[in-house]
Amino acid sequence: MIAQAIVDGLLSGAIAALGAIGVTFSLSILRFANFSHGDLLGVGAYGALGVVLLTAVSSAAKTLDAPLGPFSFGWLLLIGLIVGIVVAVAIALLLERWVYRPLRQRAADPLTLVFASFGLALLLRSLILLLFGPDPHQYSTEIQMALRLPGPVLVMPDQILVFVVTLGVLAGLWLFLQRSRHGIAMRCVAENPSLASVAGIDTAATVRMTWIVSAALAALAGVLYGVTVQVRPEMGIGLLLPLFTAAILGGVGSVPGAVLAAFLISLAENLLSLVMPGSYKPLVPFVLLLVVLYVRPQGLFPIAGQK
Amino acid sequence: MLSYLLFFITVASILSIATLGLNLQWGISGQFNAGVVGFVAIGGYTLAVLSMPATERLLVQWNLPFAVALAASLVTSAAAALLVGLATLRLRSDYLAIATFGVGSAIQLLANNLEPLTGGSRGLVGIPRPFEALGAVGFAWAYAAIVLTLLALCYAALQALLHSPWGRVQRAMREDESVCAALGKNVVRLRLSSFVLGSVLMGLSGALYAGFVGTTSPSEFMPILTFQIWAMLIVGGSGSNRGAIAGTFVVWGLWTLSGAFIGLLLPPRWQAQAGALQSILVGLVLVLTLLLRPQGLLGARRAA
Repeated sequence: MIAQAIVDGLLSGAIAALGAIGVTFSLSILRFANFSHGDLLGVGAYGALGVVLLTAVSSAAKTLDAPLGPFSFGWLLLIGLIVGIVVAVAIALLLERWVYRPLRQRAADPLTLVFASFGLALLLRSLILLLFGPDPHQYSTEIQMALRLPGPVLVMPDQILVFVVTLGVLAGLWLFLQRSRHGIAMRCVAENPSLASVAGIDTAATVRMTWIVSAALAALAGVLYGVTVQVRPEMGIGLLLPLFTAAILGGVGSVPGAVLAAFLISLAENLLSLVMPGSYKPLVPFVLLLVVLYVRPQGLFPIAGQK
Repeated sequence: MLSYLLFFITVASILSIATLGLNLQWGISGQFNAGVVGFVAIGGYTLAVLSMPATERLLVQWNLPFAVALAASLVTSAAAALLVGLATLRLRSDYLAIATFGVGSAIQLLANNLEPLTGGSRGLVGIPRPFEALGAVGFAWAYAAIVLTLLALCYAALQALLHSPWGRVQRAMREDESVCAALGKNVVRLRLSSFVLGSVLMGLSGALYAGFVGTTSPSEFMPILTFQIWAMLIVGGSGSNRGAIAGTFVVWGLWTLSGAFIGLLLPPRWQAQAGALQSILVGLVLVLTLLLRPQGLLGARRAA
């Protein structure tokens, strides 16, 4: 029982980690709480769903949808993932261009950006609902054989793949932030925007890069969530609170902190589900959030330049 | 028709009280509440739980009189506001937004699951309503009178507050917090007081609503309500109490009309999509106002 809860917690924590990185970026680099981040996950997941739904009309799509090895999905979902990422990044950049940048240039206070993201979250979610309807979807109805690990723990091949993909992406992101010009620029702007621009960093380009990375990670998280759970219009708003909690618990601006915190929250949710009714699981992030805000508001790994 | 108009006026007046609360938090004090629905629901559920007649399956069987339960709902909404306010108001300004958003989702979850207390997803049906002895028409008029009186009282009190020293500091704080702090004002305490007071008004609104319709269920308190109250405030013009009330009547009127219109035009199968269309309108109102007319229609402030 406990072993299963830990494994489940680690597997769903991986997805939350991908989403939480975007939240910590927006809190530290863009400097506002982005309420539409959860719905970027939804946009990514539904972008991929749009491609998968092509199987209904195209026989080529149907062939591509044939399951790969032990997994429930075929090459088509990979194409869907790319489409989902492209759509989410495009929407993020358009919103930056049309909404966030004009507001920032008006020197509006950060709450104005929070407000805008709040309205945009409703818009994105309602558009998804309008296009795809209220019912939950699955990318695949294929039956998978669960793997029996010692413990005894049951895992789906899909879940293992999701976990491995997440770890790979996190490693890539780490290299990007430590080694690439763009990554270093992002960290500079997070620490001190004025100093960064004095040092010749193009802040506008860095902000765009932040949106691209955040939205791409969000879309990936959304699709992986769709693979292991399901795709529904409220998935984004449902994940928002755990993501905010992970970003704050990890220490705003700290990527390893956000990742670790996402795993911790997910583990806490799954372990506590052993001793309380599972329907209260979504309450765990909120309680943790309050505890963090009261006890250690700077988070586990506070970063210089962020209060 | 007259009875429908009376119904509309009662509901719009009840919602106006919540909008006044949001205006105090955002329009006057500059705090972002992303979980208005949570505080409204706390008020509604408190009234319902405390005044429900005793039945087997309910945990609380107190059957308190309306006025007492109404007062209690002010206390519970204030307690919830203190809980998140104390946690966040000394931190970054957007943390309050995150925490209040959490309140909204947490209350929805508790309402759905704490079955012995809240009746679960079916909710509480048959809350005793005041003046029921007067019959359906008598009740409608008497309740409308109560609601309008309370709205007038809230409005008068808020206007007085707005022009008191307390109100002036609140507005000054919204414009420049550091200056206020430098002048020796306790910024955190001032923020906390307006946030709690605003949440109490939302709780009052929820309690009045539950007392009016006689039922509470999780589906009465959906997240869209937060957006609706925001749209009412923004359309009316944030910062102005009169604007908050006017905005509530306008937006609620448009919402009801468009809902009825879509209901007539679209087959039932498409109702969810129709709801999405209405939500898109609300979202557009929020974002476009922010971009094109930050002060709102009647708003007093120069920037949102």
